[in-house]
Amino acid sequence: MNDTPTLALRPGAPEPAAVPSRATSAAAPMAPAAPAPGPAGLTPTRRRLLMAAFFVGVMALWHVAVAWLQVSPLIFPGPLAVLRALADLVTSGEILTHLGVTLYEILAGFAFGALFGLVLGALIGQSALLEAVLYPYVIAFQTVPKVAVAPLFVLWFGFDTTSKVVITATIVFFPVLANTIVGLRSAPREQIELMKAFTASPWHVFRMVRLPHALPYVFAGLDIGIVLAVIGAIVGEFVGAQAGLGYLILQRNFSMDAAGMFAILVVLSLIGLALHALMRLVARRVIFWTDAFTDLSRGA
Amino acid sequence: MNMPSTLERAPVAARAPATATAPDGTPAFAFDGVHKLFRAKDGVDVVALQDVGFEVQRGEFVTVVGPSGCGKSTLLRILAGLERASGGTVSLGGRQVTGPSRDIGVVFQAPVLLPWRTVLQNVLVPAEIQGRDRQAATERALHYLALVGLEKFATKYPGELSGGMQQRVGIARAFVNDPMLLLMDEPFGALDAMTRETLNLELHKLKERTGATIMLVTHSIPEAVFLGDRVVVMSPRPGRVTQIVEVDLPHPRSLAMINTDRFGTYVSGIRANLNAAGGLD
Repeated sequence: MNDTPTLALRPGAPEPAAVPSRATSAAAPMAPAAPAPGPAGLTPTRRRLLMAAFFVGVMALWHVAVAWLQVSPLIFPGPLAVLRALADLVTSGEILTHLGVTLYEILAGFAFGALFGLVLGALIGQSALLEAVLYPYVIAFQTVPKVAVAPLFVLWFGFDTTSKVVITATIVFFPVLANTIVGLRSAPREQIELMKAFTASPWHVFRMVRLPHALPYVFAGLDIGIVLAVIGAIVGEFVGAQAGLGYLILQRNFSMDAAGMFAILVVLSLIGLALHALMRLVARRVIFWTDAFTDLSRGA
Repeated sequence: MNMPSTLERAPVAARAPATATAPDGTPAFAFDGVHKLFRAKDGVDVVALQDVGFEVQRGEFVTVVGPSGCGKSTLLRILAGLERASGGTVSLGGRQVTGPSRDIGVVFQAPVLLPWRTVLQNVLVPAEIQGRDRQAATERALHYLALVGLEKFATKYPGELSGGMQQRVGIARAFVNDPMLLLMDEPFGALDAMTRETLNLELHKLKERTGATIMLVTHSIPEAVFLGDRVVVMSPRPGRVTQIVEVDLPHPRSLAMINTDRFGTYVSGIRANLNAAGGLD
């Protein structure tokens, strides 16, 4: 585990928490969001072209490699076989119910986990005493692999979606909690002193300074959480389910349909990308004053 | 901590020069035998302030000058109610200071504006905290934004302003509730020399127009002389008041005055005093 519990990162998280650094007192005027050259100094059109070319290149490499090495499609299908399986999945309408079930588990689990992480994070972030009392349990719980406790949840909450929602929530909970705690403590001391000098109550300080200052961190946590939510739902479905994309993967596995499995993996990745993009869109609207979410988001 | 105050005044009436509103001979604020001890990390007490005492009348602009670590900021923080004195009494408008007061407006070295609020919304923060009438507060906010030359920037965000402009917003914010006393802790310390001169002049004009009572802490002797009716000179640790200089320069002051002999005499006199106390450099 993390030696430094203040570092708001879930170990093995898909990406680092984007920690905003634009200080309140930043003297440098913020550049307006013009269609200026991106991080690599490319225009948007050229960047998109580059992205498309890279995608085509990877697909071509995959196709050629599978054909060249004569890998059995039962073990590693080529991109065209996967595309065919994906088309089958969509045209047969089979995917609809399963996609619906898994999306529900992801979103409901995310909502509960994020809410719980926010509330508990806000409580712990308020006082060192609560942190001392509660945080060890949080860390202990986080250390337990969720895959290991998933069978218990299925035992307790049944084979339908409830157990998956619970598992997803437990996975989403931690990055949101950790980032909320760090975020609530990120407000500059001088800012808080100034509020106090103007006779602000602790509630004023929380509402007017600490909470808004925490938002960029919170969104970094939510962004990690939404991607982990996809994993949570699938883990839950693997343990025991009657529907969902994870259930479908297992089914394909039993029938030795590697291309079918790949097709579902593609769907899962697309879900992850879409949710991540949505989260960044919301983040950029809500925390418009930082540029923490403006750069990494365009891929989706 | 909301301190109920008997000194609560009608916000509009207070815009008249504060000298005229002084009801009796009560000073705006007074330090009497103030001590401050800090416990350092090694457990040894450090004397930050030793037997500091002086009074400031309403409508007066007093500047406190001294080298880094002379406790001048601590003195200001004690008056602002952010720290407690270890001994002695500190009074504001005749009442003992026990915590932050609604009668005080503060400006720190960093403007510490809230980046998600517009300039106007930032200026309104103290009014919101103290639950003042919103419409009247907005009028005062726009009034003071105009006085610091930012009326056209009311709907901009702090990120769109330069450092000097941000500090002007901070000054308008300190004025917004028409406080009895303004406390400024090195308000221009982070600005470049030219911006600093401009803001010194603007603050002087603002003071002339509003008649506010101001205590400004600085380590710049020329700034202290230019702005102050009186300059309180402090020695390095333990911080003591070594001299209080009446600055007898005509009002309104101008930047040209800085090059006059009389101005130079004040500056070199204070510098000599600080050097004698082992202060500067």
